[in-house]
Amino acid sequence: MTATGIGAPVRRKEDQRFVTGQGRYVDDFNRPGQAYAYFLRSPHAHAAIRSIDTGPAMIMPGVIAVFTGDDLAADKIGGLICGWMIHSKDGSPMKAGPHPALAQGKVRYVGDHLAVVIAETLAQAKDAAEAIVVDYDVLPAVVDTAQATKTPVQVHDVSPDNTVFNWHLGNKDETEAAFARAKHVTKIDLVNNRLVPNPIEPRAAVGEYDFGTDNYTLYTTSQNPHVARLVLSAFIGVAPEHKLRVIAPDVGGGFGSKIFIYAEETVCVWAAKKVKRPVKWTSDRSEAFLSDAHGRDHVTHAEMATDENGKIIGLRVHTTANLGAYLSTFSSSVPTYLYAPLLSGQYDIPAIYCEVDGVYTNTAPVDAYRGAGRPEATFVVERLVEKTARELGQNPAEFRRRNYITQFPHATPVIMTYDTGDYAASLDKALEIADYKNFEQRKQESARRGKLRGIGFSSYIEACGIAPSQAVGSLGAGVGLWESAEVRVNPTGSVEVLTGSHSHGQGHETTFAQLVSDRLGIPIDQVSIVHGDTDKVQFGMGTYGSRSGAVGMSAIAKAIDKVIAKGKKVAAHVLEASEGDIEFKDGRFGVAGTDRSMAFGEIALQAYIAHKFSGQDLEPGLKEGAFYDPTNFTFPAGVHICEVEIDPDTGVTKIERWTAVDDFGVIINPMIVEGQVHGGIAQGVGQALLEGAVYDQSGQLITASFNDYCMPRAIDLPSFQVGMTVTPCPSNPLGIKGCGEAGAIAAPPAVINAITDALGHEDIAMPATPQAVWRAAQKARMPMAAE
Amino acid sequence: MYAFEYHRPASLKEAASLAGQAEDAKFLAGGHTLLPTMKLRLAGPANLIDLGQIAELRGIERSGDTITIGAMMKHAEVASSAEVKQAIPALAEMAELIGDPHVRNRGTIGGSIANNDPSADYPAACLALNATIITNQRKIAADDFFQGIFTTALEEGEIITQVSFKVPSQAAYAKFRNPASRYALVGVFVAKHADRVRVAVTGAGSNGVFRAAEMEQALSGSFTSEALNGVSVSEDEMNSDIHADSAYRSHLVGVMARRAVQEAAARG
Repeated sequence: MTATGIGAPVRRKEDQRFVTGQGRYVDDFNRPGQAYAYFLRSPHAHAAIRSIDTGPAMIMPGVIAVFTGDDLAADKIGGLICGWMIHSKDGSPMKAGPHPALAQGKVRYVGDHLAVVIAETLAQAKDAAEAIVVDYDVLPAVVDTAQATKTPVQVHDVSPDNTVFNWHLGNKDETEAAFARAKHVTKIDLVNNRLVPNPIEPRAAVGEYDFGTDNYTLYTTSQNPHVARLVLSAFIGVAPEHKLRVIAPDVGGGFGSKIFIYAEETVCVWAAKKVKRPVKWTSDRSEAFLSDAHGRDHVTHAEMATDENGKIIGLRVHTTANLGAYLSTFSSSVPTYLYAPLLSGQYDIPAIYCEVDGVYTNTAPVDAYRGAGRPEATFVVERLVEKTARELGQNPAEFRRRNYITQFPHATPVIMTYDTGDYAASLDKALEIADYKNFEQRKQESARRGKLRGIGFSSYIEACGIAPSQAVGSLGAGVGLWESAEVRVNPTGSVEVLTGSHSHGQGHETTFAQLVSDRLGIPIDQVSIVHGDTDKVQFGMGTYGSRSGAVGMSAIAKAIDKVIAKGKKVAAHVLEASEGDIEFKDGRFGVAGTDRSMAFGEIALQAYIAHKFSGQDLEPGLKEGAFYDPTNFTFPAGVHICEVEIDPDTGVTKIERWTAVDDFGVIINPMIVEGQVHGGIAQGVGQALLEGAVYDQSGQLITASFNDYCMPRAIDLPSFQVGMTVTPCPSNPLGIKGCGEAGAIAAPPAVINAITDALGHEDIAMPATPQAVWRAAQKARMPMAAE
Repeated sequence: MYAFEYHRPASLKEAASLAGQAEDAKFLAGGHTLLPTMKLRLAGPANLIDLGQIAELRGIERSGDTITIGAMMKHAEVASSAEVKQAIPALAEMAELIGDPHVRNRGTIGGSIANNDPSADYPAACLALNATIITNQRKIAADDFFQGIFTTALEEGEIITQVSFKVPSQAAYAKFRNPASRYALVGVFVAKHADRVRVAVTGAGSNGVFRAAEMEQALSGSFTSEALNGVSVSEDEMNSDIHADSAYRSHLVGVMARRAVQEAAARG
């Protein structure tokens, strides 16, 4: 390992600009003549629009234009799309209601877009929006996931009972048979609470149109600018693909919420041409709460069957997944193919059957949020495994160990084939770091102080590195999920890597450069990573699903291999040797068995001056591209152990210890990986203890600001004890599995298992607020306040 | 935010005169409630009178058994004041528990009291420490000042200049923070004075800050947490929201009151 190569804890190159305020985010871009867009949003969760009178707004000071859904329709601008087709059990396609960028006829959630005002200043646009007169026929709303199909309220005409799909996966008959012969069945009812993503940078867009060249430019807060361009051109029809440049510059976090193509950027690009001015929109935090796609929101009943030896023999799951008022870009895949295939967890379960009902409600659209489906699956499996162990009177760690998959590859009953792993090794290491053997002592010590101590496990697995294009295509994906890279070597030997991955906090500018430095033997500061601009990078699928290491870097590795191969040809001419005798090692091209060699940079120069070879024998230059399509998902897995102490007087849960032992395969930068683990755990703890989006029965979002929606703070978290085990991933050339979502996936069941262990009572919902814990403690008849 | 006229008077007299002349005027102290409300366009005063440059509204002074704090003193200044820490450490500690560092370095005691947010901390301190609210027109006993949620005895245009607290023999403030906002979900300020014990509760009551009479009576007999056994505040008078229902709030008032008494007693 070199100081900047694979495995080195290199400090992040991009942090210099971020911590000194020199980052350049979408809102930092101001174009000449720019006007400002403000969206009038529905104050009602469900209403028919009798009329919209924009006349009074049009005459307000500074107003350039006011548009409604009718204007979009007149220009034949299509609606927003959902790019993953899910079929119901009966083979019928999912029921996708229309999703116009500006409402037509009806509004379906609080925050739904009714009209846009474009004015000289934002304040003028807001003033004018207040002058728009909308005549609503307010309708009753449905907000509750479990009630969505049992109400006369109908969100979309295409779905009379608000069902989007009734989907299933697994083998029903085998599962029923397993339950029939089970010695014991454990049942659980779970709610996976709805979350608001809350990246630190709210969404923003600047649309621009050049009348000279007929080119459009969109600056947008996107995790996948090429996909945004494809959707905006091919499906929504705002501009032809080759005439639309999408730039996603520095982006301040996404967590999934910036994968999707939203109404606002659609309208900004379209309106820029209409008003002949660049048009900027920047979300404020209130808009972000209302209109960023939310995450999770499942209601689940699940049962686990075990035999007389404490072996899990069957799992059946029924989940109702709230998809909100419209199907967001990838929403349909999240509670289906990103969820049910992970229900085997780390366990050898011969029979699994899962049914998922996707439903519409009058709430914000729900889509992928850090982990996307896999946290929901892990919560089901790990809560159920824990409860089963308790009901069987078995140690939860040993119950898990007994049921672990130990032979690889392992085909689960829910379409996944796990390639490699060593789950017991992670468990052993976690038990050691967590000092599990002295837990009872610590519990007694807490009891002496009147406190309740509990310990909770989470043996999570996830499917990352999404994904083999053929596989996802067969499951309904509208796109392939490969990645592209181009490695451009300059005559001076410095290197630019153009990648289709997009960094919005992951540190790609560092880790990707480490790979190049490692492979080409050049200093890391000789490498630049270029991303986030469709005019620079030819194509790319973007960053989500912990895919940029396993898929994005594999594409770079493939392109580097081509560069080295071309370099060998150049070196053969320059060093006057046969190509087969050229070796590339430690940054030098040399002739085998001799001391003749030249540095990488010298060969790069030779490639460009092209003095030593004929253009007929070899093309000048040194630039190679590659597309990499993975052969399988990757399967990061690990064991997290959470230890809590509860104050029964107040219900306050304090996390005393957190152990995370993860197997991410080969690690490029352990410091960045550890940071990803920390951030993921913080988000998972947020879900478990603090966060929850709450709508009232009329469909108003009650938790619409940080005053009511509780984000995790440093003080809510302990110092994490992070360990690693490594089984290299066999399905990509770098052995990488991915680490971006693990913490958020592992954490919620670890926390809830610890709390239920402390309370001796299973029934507690997330977020486990002090009030909820206090009440559960009361139910468990634990000793309460010292009266 | 809607457009408004901004005024920055240099004296109390000028501020009062501006308030008398300007239409639809609001005083601006630390701005931590008013400015967010204006940004959300839920408030749109035509005139904003910034009290930040008025020297008469600043300062902290001890005189006999009272400590007097200028209305524009920031929470961080109260929290770190040697005089306050020496005279009423519980008051300094309470100021340190408000919000976060940003809030504590902008928010003011006068602004907090004038706003009388039902979850604010200072109103509880005022009631428990038998404070006198001094304005540019008169002196008002804390017991008469707080008149329900966001409602006080202040008249239109009246400006709080100082708050004068009685130094107790023992006191403590126990706060259960709203995990999201850091306001008091329940805050109980307990103070033992020569004549009696005062117990003030914020965050919990459906009508804002209040004194817990039964608790005061019990503690005036014996200033111990055991004296509170069997004494509670009625659920019916508690606030209820998504963070805490009335039963939980009522329970927490008891827990926080006991903890405050224990802490005050331990301080000696």
